[in-house]
Amino acid sequence: MSKLPLIAGGSALVYASLAWMMGVLPGIELSRVPAGPGVAPLTALQSEGRNVYVANGCGYCHTQQVRPLDVDKVFGRPSAASDFKYQTPELLGSERTGPDLTNIGVRQPSSVWQYIHLYDPRAVVPESIMPSFGWLFEVVDQAPAGVTAVPLPKAYAPARGVVVPTHRAEALIAYLASLKQPPFPEAGVATGAEQAMAETGSTTTAGSATSAGVSPPAGGYDAAKGAALFTANCSACHQANGEGLPGAFPSLKSDAVVNKDDATKHIQVVLQGLHDARVGGVVYASAMPPFAGTLSDAEIADIIDYERSSWGNHGKSIDAAEVAAERTKAK
Amino acid sequence: MVFTTLLEATRNMSADVTARHSILSDQDDRSLVSVFSAYVVSATLWLLFATGIGLLMAFKFGAPEFGAGAWLTFGRLRPIHTNATFYGFASIALIGLGYYVAARSSGTKLYSAALAWLGLALFNVAAVAGTITLDLGYNDGDLEYREWLWWIRLIFLAAVVVSAWNLIATVARRSSGDIYLSNWYIIGGTLWTCIFGLVAVVPWYQYGLGQVAVSGFYMHNAVGMWFTPLVLGVTYYTLPKLLNRPIYSYALGVFAFWTNLVFYPIIGAHHFEFSPLPWWLQTTAIVFSVAMLVPVWGGSSNFLLTMRGRTRDMMQSYPLMFIFVGVMSYLIGSTQGTFEAFRSLQQVWHLTNFTVGHSHLTMYGIITFATWGGIYALLPLATGRQASRLGLAMHFWMALVGIFIYVTSLSIGGTIQGLDWMHGLPFIQSVIDMQGYYVWRGVGGALMFLSHIVFAWNVWRMCYGPGAVTSPLESLRSEEAVA
Repeated sequence: MSKLPLIAGGSALVYASLAWMMGVLPGIELSRVPAGPGVAPLTALQSEGRNVYVANGCGYCHTQQVRPLDVDKVFGRPSAASDFKYQTPELLGSERTGPDLTNIGVRQPSSVWQYIHLYDPRAVVPESIMPSFGWLFEVVDQAPAGVTAVPLPKAYAPARGVVVPTHRAEALIAYLASLKQPPFPEAGVATGAEQAMAETGSTTTAGSATSAGVSPPAGGYDAAKGAALFTANCSACHQANGEGLPGAFPSLKSDAVVNKDDATKHIQVVLQGLHDARVGGVVYASAMPPFAGTLSDAEIADIIDYERSSWGNHGKSIDAAEVAAERTKAK
Repeated sequence: MVFTTLLEATRNMSADVTARHSILSDQDDRSLVSVFSAYVVSATLWLLFATGIGLLMAFKFGAPEFGAGAWLTFGRLRPIHTNATFYGFASIALIGLGYYVAARSSGTKLYSAALAWLGLALFNVAAVAGTITLDLGYNDGDLEYREWLWWIRLIFLAAVVVSAWNLIATVARRSSGDIYLSNWYIIGGTLWTCIFGLVAVVPWYQYGLGQVAVSGFYMHNAVGMWFTPLVLGVTYYTLPKLLNRPIYSYALGVFAFWTNLVFYPIIGAHHFEFSPLPWWLQTTAIVFSVAMLVPVWGGSSNFLLTMRGRTRDMMQSYPLMFIFVGVMSYLIGSTQGTFEAFRSLQQVWHLTNFTVGHSHLTMYGIITFATWGGIYALLPLATGRQASRLGLAMHFWMALVGIFIYVTSLSIGGTIQGLDWMHGLPFIQSVIDMQGYYVWRGVGGALMFLSHIVFAWNVWRMCYGPGAVTSPLESLRSEEAVA
C-alpha cells in the first residue's frame, strides 16, 4: 500500500516544486518590474474601455506585443518589460487575425476612423473580416448636443436617423487612442528584446526612421512598392480609390496639394501629419498621423509618387532626397 | 537514485489486470456503470454544444456579419468554444473513463458513487456558469483557457479535487500491491491539475509581465498535465484490453510518466517567444520542448509496439482505429509542437493560424480521438449495449477526414500568412490570402460536427439502446478477464 503515497504524493510534490519554479517565482519577480519613463496608468474612461476590450474578446484576434523582429516593425518599437506595469490583465494575445494594437493610438490617431471602423469595419476596409460592433452604437433622429454623429458612408448608414456611439464605444475608442508606445527606454539592463535583436541580426532601434529592406531604387519611383505602402499606411482612410470618405477623410484624387508641381506641402503633410485640416472648403475633424517616425525617406517618396500618379493625378514625381531635405528643415 | 528505485519497484508489477470480482456485489457494478454512462452522456452534450459554437465561428471568417449582436460576437464565442471543449467535454469524459479504469484495473468498486455524482454536478455547474457569464461579457482577462471568472474556476477546481480524492481512494482499495500504470497517469493528472489550477487563480504574483509568465505556464499545463496524462492513462488500459495482450513495455510507460512530469511544466514560456519575458526563461522553454520528444516518442512507440503485427485486428475494430489515430496524432502533433518552439520557425508560424491547426491536431487528434476510442471500447463492456458498426464507421471517417482538412488548410494558410508578413506585404493581404483556407477549415469543421451528431447517436445506443445480449454484469465478468 505504500506505493500509492509514493506515486501520488511524490509526483504531486515534484510537480508542485516545478510549478513554483516556472510559474509562481517568475510571476513574483516579473510582477515587480517597474514602469518605464512615459508609461502611465490609464484614466478612468480608458480603463473602462479596456474592460470593454476584454469583455468582447478583442484580444483573441489582436495582439499587444511587438516582437524585436523585422516583421513586427510596422507595429512600433519592440515591447519592453517596463511597458507592462499597468497592464493587468495582460493582453499580449496569441493570434494576429487582425493587426497588432500596441501602438494603434499613434498609427491611427483618428477617432472618427475608429468609430466608423467599429460600427462597420467594411465601411473603411472592404476586405476586413472583423465583426461589426453596431450594437455599441445607437441610432437617433438627431445627435444630442455635444455628441458628434458618426459620419458613415451612405451605403453603411441607417436609412433614417444618425448613428451615435454609446458610452461603452466612447470608452473603447478612448482606450485605443491611449495605446501609444513611449520612447524606447534607455538600455540599462539587457532585456530579452535587445538580446533577440542581437541574435536575429536586427539592427534597427525603434523610433528611428531607417526601415529595413528599403533601398531607393536606381530609377527613382518603385510603383509596386508605392502601391503596397499606400495600402499598408494610407488606404484605411483615403481608401484604395484615393477618394477618401466624404465628410470624414479627404480625397486625394484631383486634390490641389497632390497635383501641385511644388511637392513641399505634400511631403510636409506625410512627414508631420495634419490636424483640423481644411481641404476643398471642408474642415476635417479627424487627425492624420505623422509618418516621419515610421517610414524612411525612400518609402515616403514612393508613397507620394504613387499618389501623384494614380487615380488620374498628374503631380510631378519626387525622390527621397527631397523628403530628406524637408525632414531636416523640420528639425 | 530515486528514479532507479522507482523502476525497480515497478518491475515486479505485472501488466495483468486480473479480475477480482468475487468480492464485488451487483450493486457496486450497477453504480459504476451508471456513473460512467452519466459522465459520457454529459460530455457528449458538451461536445455537441462546444463544436456547434466552433462551427458558427468558422462561418464568421467568411461571413463576418453572420450572427451579429453582442451575444454572438466572435470574441465572446471563442472562449465559450475553448472552455466548453476543455472543461465541459474533455474533462468530464476523461474523469468518467478514469473512474471506470481505476475501479476495474484495481479490481474494486468505486470508492464513492456519491462523490462521483457530486463531481459531475460541479463540473456541469462550472461549465454552465462559465458559458453564460462569458456570453454576458464577463471575461477574466482574455487569458487563454482561464477566461472563466475566478469563482467559477474554483467550482471547477472543487470538481477536480473531488475526483482526485475519489480516484485515489478507489485505487487505495485495490486488493493487490500493484498499482496499474493507468492509475499513475490518471491520479497524477488530477493532482497536478489541482496544483496548476490553484496557481492560476491566486492573484498576488499576476501583475503585468508577471501575469504573462503565469499565462505561459498555465495555458500549456492545462493541456499537457491534465488531458494528456488522463488520455494516456485510459489508453494504457484500453489498448491492451482491446488487443488482448499486455502493453509492450511497462517500464517505458513508467519512464515516460516521470520524464513527462519533469519536462512538461518547464516549456510553457514557448508561447511567448520574442516577448519581453526574460530571455533565459524562453530559452529554457525551448530546450525542454526538445526534451519532450523523449516522453512523446517513448509513449507513442510503446503504444505502436503494442499494436505491432495486429494490423488485421486494428482494421476490423473501430475503437482500435480511434486509438491508432490518437497515438499517431500524439506522435505527429507533439513533435510538431517541438519544432514550433524553435525560434527560426516560430518567426514564421507564431501568431498565425498555423497554431490554431496545431491546437486542433493535438486537442482533437490526440485527446478527442483517444477519448472516443476509450468510450467505444469500455462503454459497451459496462452497459452490455453496442453501437452499430455503421454508426462507428460514419463517426470515424467523418471525424478523420474533417480534422485532416481542418489541420491541412490552416497549416498551409498559416504558413502563407506568416510569409506574407515576412515579405512586408500590407497586413490586409494576409487576411485576403487566408480566405480560401478559412472556407476549407469550415468544410473540415462541418464534417467534424456532423461526426459528433453520429457520436451522440452511438452513445445513446450504448447507454439506452436495444441489443443487450447478456446482462451488463455478465458481460463485465466475461470481458474483464482479458488484458
